[in-house]
Amino acid sequence: MAAVTAPTHPWAWWGWALVAAATVSLTRNPLLVVLVMAAVAFVVLARRSDAPWARSVGAYFVLALVIVAIRVTMQVFFGGLREGPVLFTLPEVRLPDWAAGIRLGGPVTLSGVLFALYDGLRLAAIIICVGAANALANPRRALKNVPAALHELSVAVVIALSVAPQLVESLHRVRRARRLRGGAAKGWRAVTAVLVPVMEDAVERSMQLAASMESRGFGRTRDLGRVGPGLSLLLVGSVLLVTFGSYLLLGVPDSRLAGLACLALGVAAAVLGLRRSGRRLSTTRYRPDRWTWRETAVVAAATAALIVVLVLQGWNPAVLQPTTTPPVWPSLHPLFLPAAALVAAPVLVTERGR
Amino acid sequence: MIQFDDVTIGYGTEPVLDRVSFTIDDGDLCLLVGATGSGKSTLLGAINGLVPHFTGASMAGDVRVDGRSTRQHPPREFADLVGFVGQNPLAGFVTDTVEDEIAYGMEQLGVEATAMRKRVEETLDLMNIADLRRRALVTLSGGQQQRVAIAAVLAAQPRVLVLDEPTSALDPTAAQDVLAAITSLVHDLGLTVVLAEHRLERVMQAADQVLWLPGDGSAVLGAASEVLGRASVVPPLAELAATLGWDEVPLSVRQARRKVAAERIVLRPAAEAVPTTPAGPTPLLRATGLTVRHGDLTAVDGINLDLHAGSVTTLMGRNGAGKSSLFWALQGAQPSTGSLQVDGHDPRRLSPARARELVGLVPQTAADLLHLHTVALECQQSDRESGEPVGTTEGLLRRLGADLVPDRHPRDLSEGQRLALVLAIQLAASPRIVLLDEPTRGLDYPMKQQLADILADLASRGHGVVVSTHDVEFAAHASQRTVILAEGDVIADGPTREVCTASPAFAPQVAKVFHPEQVLTTAEVASRRG
Repeated sequence: MAAVTAPTHPWAWWGWALVAAATVSLTRNPLLVVLVMAAVAFVVLARRSDAPWARSVGAYFVLALVIVAIRVTMQVFFGGLREGPVLFTLPEVRLPDWAAGIRLGGPVTLSGVLFALYDGLRLAAIIICVGAANALANPRRALKNVPAALHELSVAVVIALSVAPQLVESLHRVRRARRLRGGAAKGWRAVTAVLVPVMEDAVERSMQLAASMESRGFGRTRDLGRVGPGLSLLLVGSVLLVTFGSYLLLGVPDSRLAGLACLALGVAAAVLGLRRSGRRLSTTRYRPDRWTWRETAVVAAATAALIVVLVLQGWNPAVLQPTTTPPVWPSLHPLFLPAAALVAAPVLVTERGR
Repeated sequence: MIQFDDVTIGYGTEPVLDRVSFTIDDGDLCLLVGATGSGKSTLLGAINGLVPHFTGASMAGDVRVDGRSTRQHPPREFADLVGFVGQNPLAGFVTDTVEDEIAYGMEQLGVEATAMRKRVEETLDLMNIADLRRRALVTLSGGQQQRVAIAAVLAAQPRVLVLDEPTSALDPTAAQDVLAAITSLVHDLGLTVVLAEHRLERVMQAADQVLWLPGDGSAVLGAASEVLGRASVVPPLAELAATLGWDEVPLSVRQARRKVAAERIVLRPAAEAVPTTPAGPTPLLRATGLTVRHGDLTAVDGINLDLHAGSVTTLMGRNGAGKSSLFWALQGAQPSTGSLQVDGHDPRRLSPARARELVGLVPQTAADLLHLHTVALECQQSDRESGEPVGTTEGLLRRLGADLVPDRHPRDLSEGQRLALVLAIQLAASPRIVLLDEPTRGLDYPMKQQLADILADLASRGHGVVVSTHDVEFAAHASQRTVILAEGDVIADGPTREVCTASPAFAPQVAKVFHPEQVLTTAEVASRRG
């Protein structure tokens, strides 16, 4: 297609990534987990821009590896699952009675290690999904597209995002400047010598920013008269309903239906309340990201993958939760491939970010 | 368009503006001049109501813009009428890219999406920044940032533009760009512009009116050539007019040249040129192949530099040419490669306390060195750090001619006073070399004169002094030698007289008036007049 398409809506990437994370959380089968992970990584590599946040995806991969390593190391040293063929035996330490039940070392079994590996992989895949959303969606654009009711909140976060690097810069500058006075101060005095100029700098900048925002009309269209009465009541009520509904759903047996009803009512009230309170501002948006069929397709692809895995769970739960005692090679179900392909499908309808 | 009616503004008992009344007409470029601390920023802030609504001053009288009074309307309701641009554009940016920043004001005003799109494009073209539209604001140069800041307020289509020293941080070329953009706005759009500027020589030719704040709370408004003749703020051409006995100040180099030609003013040949490097055979500081890298950016690229005791050297060059990096490297605080010898030692290998006895640096943001509550405490701390007897720093401060209130908080000092305090702190260690990074920023003419005297005094006491500045007039006045950097290289190094008269970008106005004669200051004109 010759025409330049608009960048994909940031919330579409978040939706896609969260649904993909939900998909892997359903299974411990390493084959499916690795397939989905590969699909996510493929989409990231094909569609990320070279903005700073997009480059952060490497950090998430490292974090994922660290998680797997920690999970396996914990299993090796602290045990937990000690059945199956023994790989090697570590010298065993028994903790005193007050810490009864905890054994350090001892036999390390293949089943135990495999169990930990599968578990760690699943967690790593979820982390990578979040990292993928972070790399694909410009965080500032994501914040720009929040409901109008949360406008002030998103402005505050955006400002914090730009102030943080400025603080680092001024910290660096002041620390370097300390050398010019000989850098002799020690202890508390040395801390204040750095903190005081940095804080003064920060306060001064905030005042300048506030003056600039004020003189450019920030908050000018605020009119509480447009909101209508009872808004606070509606919002508080919605929070209460959501809390009560969750409690019923999770805590009280045999009240799932009532719980779901409460939850649905609460969510509806919250949506209504947010819409209403958005009316007190009549700011407009410059070139807002549009939610087109592409965005719907991106989220739908991941949702389809989730449905495939859910269906599989109904048919053949064993294939999703392979046993490690005895340690056998996990089976590859033919439906794994379409699930992973669906996660990777958004590359067909999106373009590389700018 | 702008009407001040019997306005009194004060922050305590002393009023900054005292019963001021004047009217600025629609479509005028009004230049606001006055010494530091005479209330320029207060007056500018009063135009859109930031004073008193935002700063919390007490105010009597009435300010009206296009009939709208700041008494009844807060600053945000002036957003579509008055565009306000401050000194530091980066501090006022709310978003992170050029396009979003330009749209921000319109979003707040609730301008409809299609209209907004059109206006953003128009504004980008108007300020000639269309090629920057997707750039992140922090990656822009100072001049570009200032043009984006102006574009961002223009997009709301105000009738009045208020600018508080928009060029004080810019190099001469970038400043010229910004000022050219502002004057074209006045001519093409008929905007009313109120502009505060220290370096009048750059803008006075474009000004319709000058508003002078003498500092006693009053305000004088009148034609530029008339008001500048009696204002205490004396740009070089006004000084020249006074020296040559003209009763009207020429507002541009062209006017002055014509007048000089018409009056047949001829200069006698110059007396014997003063040797620029004093007789000392060995330099005090010798850097060979000095290189500074920040990541993969080479800020200073293999510079060779000798500095001698007893002279003042100016360092000039664009923003980002490597001036600050060179200073920090010479001090030893910035890691660098190449050889560096100061008085037989390498400051990079010495402890910070020893290094500052060789090279003292007053950084660009001098306030970074101050962290105590009063001037007196800072002085005592400085005596302790330098291992000098109590009272040394205070004595130096007095010698620098700054009469400071010892119990004043350093943040409440004026730019000039704060500079003097930091300079005194650095001098307490009696360094052989004194480096000053952009000390002239925010200083008015008398303060710059005072600074030039201080530097000459330091040189005569045997210090080697280097000062980086964008102010060619100051360089011409205060230094014997000038070094120009570009992209980390020395591109010119020689006597100030030759370097500054050779290139139009770095020539002071007097030199331009008498070109091809090599004169730099009005004092010289007076002494060489036939």
